[in-house]
Amino acid sequence: MSIEVKNLIKTFDDKRVIDDVSFKVESGETLAIVGFSGSGKSTILKLICGLLTPDSGEIITSKGDIAMVFQYSALFDSLNVADNIAFALHERKDLRKKYTEKEIRNIVAEKLELVGLKGIENKFPSELSGGMQKRVSFARAIVTEPNSILYDEPTAGLDPISSTLIEDYIVRLKDETNAASVVVTHQMSTINRTADKVIMLYQGKVVFEGTPEEMMRQDNEYTKQFVTASLEGPMQMIAEN
Amino acid sequence: MGSLQKYYKQSATYKIFTGMFKEFEEFLDTLGKITLNGIDVIKCLLKGQIDKKELIEQCYRFGVTSLPITLSIVGMTSVIVASQVALEMVKQGGSNFVGLLMTILIVREVGVIMSGFAIISMIGSSLASEIATMRVTEQIDAIEVLKVNPINYLFVPRILAGLIMMPPIVVIASTVGVLAGAVTAKLTAGLGYRAFFDSAWLGIYMKDLGVCLLKALFFGGTISLISCSCGYYAKGGAKGVGEATTKSVVWSFVAIVIWDMIFAIAFFF
Repeated sequence: MSIEVKNLIKTFDDKRVIDDVSFKVESGETLAIVGFSGSGKSTILKLICGLLTPDSGEIITSKGDIAMVFQYSALFDSLNVADNIAFALHERKDLRKKYTEKEIRNIVAEKLELVGLKGIENKFPSELSGGMQKRVSFARAIVTEPNSILYDEPTAGLDPISSTLIEDYIVRLKDETNAASVVVTHQMSTINRTADKVIMLYQGKVVFEGTPEEMMRQDNEYTKQFVTASLEGPMQMIAEN
Repeated sequence: MGSLQKYYKQSATYKIFTGMFKEFEEFLDTLGKITLNGIDVIKCLLKGQIDKKELIEQCYRFGVTSLPITLSIVGMTSVIVASQVALEMVKQGGSNFVGLLMTILIVREVGVIMSGFAIISMIGSSLASEIATMRVTEQIDAIEVLKVNPINYLFVPRILAGLIMMPPIVVIASTVGVLAGAVTAKLTAGLGYRAFFDSAWLGIYMKDLGVCLLKALFFGGTISLISCSCGYYAKGGAKGVGEATTKSVVWSFVAIVIWDMIFAIAFFF
């Protein structure tokens, strides 16, 4: 139950977005991928879950499902919360006949309880707050009992209290499922509260690899600039964008 | 040499030709994607992967919600044509042929093609914008990550609904069109209903009805396939949704006119 990425390269329109990236995440472990916007963080997640194919390199994942929590939740707005969560159970060929409707209802209720949203089965995504939508997308992601969970900026756009709640659920889901988790973020609180290890990307390359504590020590000029949110340093965001 | 090349690249001729080439490339790209999606849909259908609940929902959307607009458009077109034709024909002594002409026109062309246009503007555009919105809000990515086949989930029920619902829509719309033509002929030229319907049957054969239904089937499937495909490959945000919707409408209009021409050549030449 792990994710291993070896020498990954991905190019878009002659621009190398991911440049020789390698890392490994064991089961029950959370890796935070940090870096500026446009540094290739989300692309790595899309490569891992198969939405994109790499130009070269290897992605080795243990047998089983990979779940992804999208930045803007990506809930199906025409379906209610229960149908969103049960989507894979209803529509996936290998799961369709595995559960009865009653069992599916129970699974949905159980997953909703796990993310602290008991009793909202009949609501539609548009009736929920951003934080609640995010938690429903957590429930949808874990309904197939995945071995790996990928989070794309899970706390982006949320208030600090909702962010803390989401961070707690990331930890809780990891403990409950023992999944290998990858969290793409640029929020310090998310890194500190959820990650066991961190990699930092700049221009598609890994410029730092270590624990959150090592990152906070600012021994590396890249992490120093990131942690202090300084405009002075090796990473030039304005030139980049 | 370098400056000559630079000068040439700034010229209007170069820009026009590269623009045309880009448009042609995009045309081929879209055509290829629609064809591949069509093949994928057939594969899913052969595997019998049909979501019945979703199919019923799409049939309702395709058939029931579009019916008032479709009937109005076909009915009004018949009124326009009959009001132009009936009086002139009666004046020229051709009152025995008004019903025949109107029925041939409606059953062979007006009913099916005007229904097609109504369906494109009402259902096709809505299918394209719905799927395009799902694309730009990562809902289709979520479907793929959950290991559900998006072609099977999104395309198959919508295309089947088009195939199933278009023929009855065209039959109802054509009936309304013929009736509207008869009423108009009576009001504008004083032509009796009996005279209208007596001649109406003379020019209509089973072949006409068969071709009409076959056309409806092709139009329904084509409109759904093009609309779903244009939405599926949408890029960007709100602008991308708008572009996908426009593209689906333009492509669907052109496609059903091409189909109509092919049917005319194949069956009535």
